[in-house]
Amino acid sequence: MFCLRHLLRAVVLLVGFTATAVAGPYEDALPKFSAGSYSETDEAIGAVASSGHPMAQAVIEALQDGRLLAGNGQVFIRDPSGGLVNAATGQAFGAAPADLKPVRVNNRVRRAIEAALGGLTLLSPNAGTRMEAARAVFRSRDEAALPNLDKAVGQEGDAGVKQALQEARAAILLTKADASAEDRLSAVSTLRARGDQDALALLSNLSADSPPALVAAAQQAADAVRSRLEFWSAVQNVWYGISLGSVLLLAAIGLAITFGTMGVINMAHGEMVMLGAYTTFVVQELIRTYSPGLFGASLFIALPLAFLVAGAVGILIERSVIRFLYGRPLETLLATWGLSLILQQGVRTIFGPTNREVGTPAWMSGAWEIGALSLTYNRIVIVVFAFSVFAVLLLVLRYTSLGLFVRAVTQNRRMAGSMGIRTSRIDALAFGLGSGVAGIAGVALSQIDNVSPNLGQGYIIDSFMVVVFGGVGNLWGTLVGAMTLGVANKLLEPYAGAVLGKIVLLIAIILFIQRRPRGLFALKGRAVEA
Amino acid sequence: MSIFNISRRNLMALSAAALVSSALAGTATAQETIKVGVLHSLSGTMAISETTLKDVMLMLIEEQNKKGGLLGKKLEAVVVDPASDWPLFAEKARQLISQDKVAAVFGCWTSVSRKSVLPVFKELNSILFYPVQYEGEESERNVFYTGAAPNQQAIPAVDYLAEEEGVERWVLAGTDYVYPRTTNKILEAYLKSKGVKPENIMISYTPFGHSDWQTIVADIKKFGSAGKKTAVVSTINGDANVPFYKELANQGVKATDIPVVAFSVGEEELAGIDTKPLVGHLAAWNYFQSVDTPENREFIAKWKTFTKNDKRVTNDPMEAHVVGFNMWVKAVEKAGTTDPDKVIDAIVGVQVPNLTGGVSEMLPNHHITKPVLIGEIKEDGQFDTVWQTDGLVPGDAWSKHLEGSKDLIADWKTLKCGNYNTVTKKCGA
Repeated sequence: MFCLRHLLRAVVLLVGFTATAVAGPYEDALPKFSAGSYSETDEAIGAVASSGHPMAQAVIEALQDGRLLAGNGQVFIRDPSGGLVNAATGQAFGAAPADLKPVRVNNRVRRAIEAALGGLTLLSPNAGTRMEAARAVFRSRDEAALPNLDKAVGQEGDAGVKQALQEARAAILLTKADASAEDRLSAVSTLRARGDQDALALLSNLSADSPPALVAAAQQAADAVRSRLEFWSAVQNVWYGISLGSVLLLAAIGLAITFGTMGVINMAHGEMVMLGAYTTFVVQELIRTYSPGLFGASLFIALPLAFLVAGAVGILIERSVIRFLYGRPLETLLATWGLSLILQQGVRTIFGPTNREVGTPAWMSGAWEIGALSLTYNRIVIVVFAFSVFAVLLLVLRYTSLGLFVRAVTQNRRMAGSMGIRTSRIDALAFGLGSGVAGIAGVALSQIDNVSPNLGQGYIIDSFMVVVFGGVGNLWGTLVGAMTLGVANKLLEPYAGAVLGKIVLLIAIILFIQRRPRGLFALKGRAVEA
Repeated sequence: MSIFNISRRNLMALSAAALVSSALAGTATAQETIKVGVLHSLSGTMAISETTLKDVMLMLIEEQNKKGGLLGKKLEAVVVDPASDWPLFAEKARQLISQDKVAAVFGCWTSVSRKSVLPVFKELNSILFYPVQYEGEESERNVFYTGAAPNQQAIPAVDYLAEEEGVERWVLAGTDYVYPRTTNKILEAYLKSKGVKPENIMISYTPFGHSDWQTIVADIKKFGSAGKKTAVVSTINGDANVPFYKELANQGVKATDIPVVAFSVGEEELAGIDTKPLVGHLAAWNYFQSVDTPENREFIAKWKTFTKNDKRVTNDPMEAHVVGFNMWVKAVEKAGTTDPDKVIDAIVGVQVPNLTGGVSEMLPNHHITKPVLIGEIKEDGQFDTVWQTDGLVPGDAWSKHLEGSKDLIADWKTLKCGNYNTVTKKCGA
């Protein structure tokens, strides 16, 4: 049967090439592409896809990539090398006729393209393409794809793709009124096993006039999926909390040193984060210009540079302004606030007021699916990164001589000075360290936030909140503070909304600070006199 | 000795003469120029959007001067920086009007800045041209609204989604302040009047500068997978958009699944984002840089020459300033004076070509007629116009879809009232 059809088509095609005008569904549909209306394009895609014409896939793929040109009722495919092929005849076309325009697509057309390509590429030799095709068919639930789907399921070797194909088949069969009862029941159990939002939507939207047994089974399956999803959504909220907490941790950890251990209220801390983000931008611009191949490593290159830039600016600020203001918190607050405005306007003058584009390397894009949970790679990277920075900083403070000196100066400045520690040099270095860490945070935050002169302002209040809540002068307090605030925020958000959630949290913190003015982990003993 | 004395006296006389002549010259130039105030933030959070509008005003004024000025006088721009600080807007407005004696002011972006300068313009009786799409529910004698009212942006966008994309479930997501709140109230009333059930509308507000969109995007995904076509109508403001779109892309929400139509995202905002994952998401405006008309081509070329930067983009509020400025020029020519009262009377009914191929008119309610365009984001950060209204849409000062405002009309020509109640036949609500 198949052979015969192919033979027939070949004959038709041969005749077509000689006579050029042959009435077939494919040839009839083509001129619709040049009508310039989305609904006609939409119809044409459906007709071309179901025509079975050998050029069909090429035409639709060209449309997807904007390589399908039309004008005066004629349609051409531009191959990547720039040559034109007449879509009706498949022949190369040397001289392009004038006023050819790419066929325009919108979302509706794009959906039609995806569905059509899904049906056409189910039998593709490439497993990745077949997977995409199966997903597209699952979304489109196009009954016309069923014969191909059956065939594809039968010959599929890859387990993952096979499952996706079966799910696509189940999605079609479930709502197909004339499918056999067993087929539809087994479709319910396939979807139940899939167990995500899409499956739930299919199961719970089954029309009520289906056979009662089927409706009952779908109902039961939908309930099972629902309770599974509820569990995963709780897990998801906790994960979002950890992720938000790690962003807070990154932003606050530098402050934990400058404010926490040195007692300097540094309102320009956010601007150090911003400088780090802008360093990332500059590094990426240079890489784009001079060696685009290194783009994947741009963040690693930016990390030490951001540390140096922000650290150097920090030391400069400490030497030129802050060291004259130790022990005068109000003046420090005003002076550093002024500095933050100067830094913002400086960056605005150099880089312009608009956002700068910082690209995301390919290895940080996309999401990792686990259960009904999708963890985006950039968030995973930031969580891991925040904890690593925390660990490194802890080790530096615990095991290096700089760390020892910083702790000594924090605990008792005068005694440390008497023991021969140059306290003013330690102040400068510690301030530089805190600022440098803020710069590193800027590299990470450039991946999830705007790189604009206002970047730092958004984090300064949250950072102070974390440090004060966690307990001034204690890195562990900062960690616990950041995670608590992050998770609490994200657990509240689904119920209270983003705005109210934040308000509730702020009130809770005010009450907490009333009870424990020194935060979660207060330093004990004589250390806290300054 | 004597020589020295004489020379000193001469010197004094000379300098006195110089002083007098420079003072004379000063008054002479002051008489010869018409001053135009530019009240846009050049520093602070709003600088990102408003700096461009200052530049476009300077360009328009320079051009008008090349054409010979206005009423035989040169125009002179007076630029002040209100620094994204709302009370400072009022202060700077007062300075522009009473000290610098400007004939008209072009400025403001946020609604709160406009509300803050309103009393000043009323008290000192001057003119403000406001170029940004806003929530409506206002019409003042001294203000001309050249941006879109909700019926010129939000409502047509929703119509497009319902008709072309078959959307049945709606997420109204916005930043928590007056513009999104009012616009969403209007949209909610409109959708319900079209038969959309309350359970098919989800409303979500976020604080300014919100950067953690994980929960909200997950909620949108969940809301969108109920088997009915879902779209997001976004009134998310300013910087919060970038992380929002990044999170959408990361969680794999594509425009073909859940399209987002935004009212505050234009060419300028997209310049700071990697737009590849956003292709297909929508924006509703009254102008796109990609609109292919001779007027627009000429404007873009002039803009690029003026800024000496081939990469500078144009956007909707810029076009609003172009239209507003040309209307003001025409009205001043018609009135033969820059006197605010005469200009306010003369400007209603003035028609000037806009950049999208139509002719916009100033209406008696101080709003203008505009085309509505829906564009899809392309890979290069520009928009592809996928739909546009047949003709120009007149701006409504008072929404027809809100209780309490549907009976109100504004008419400064015959009724001389900004909030005339058609039921009680009284001015003043």
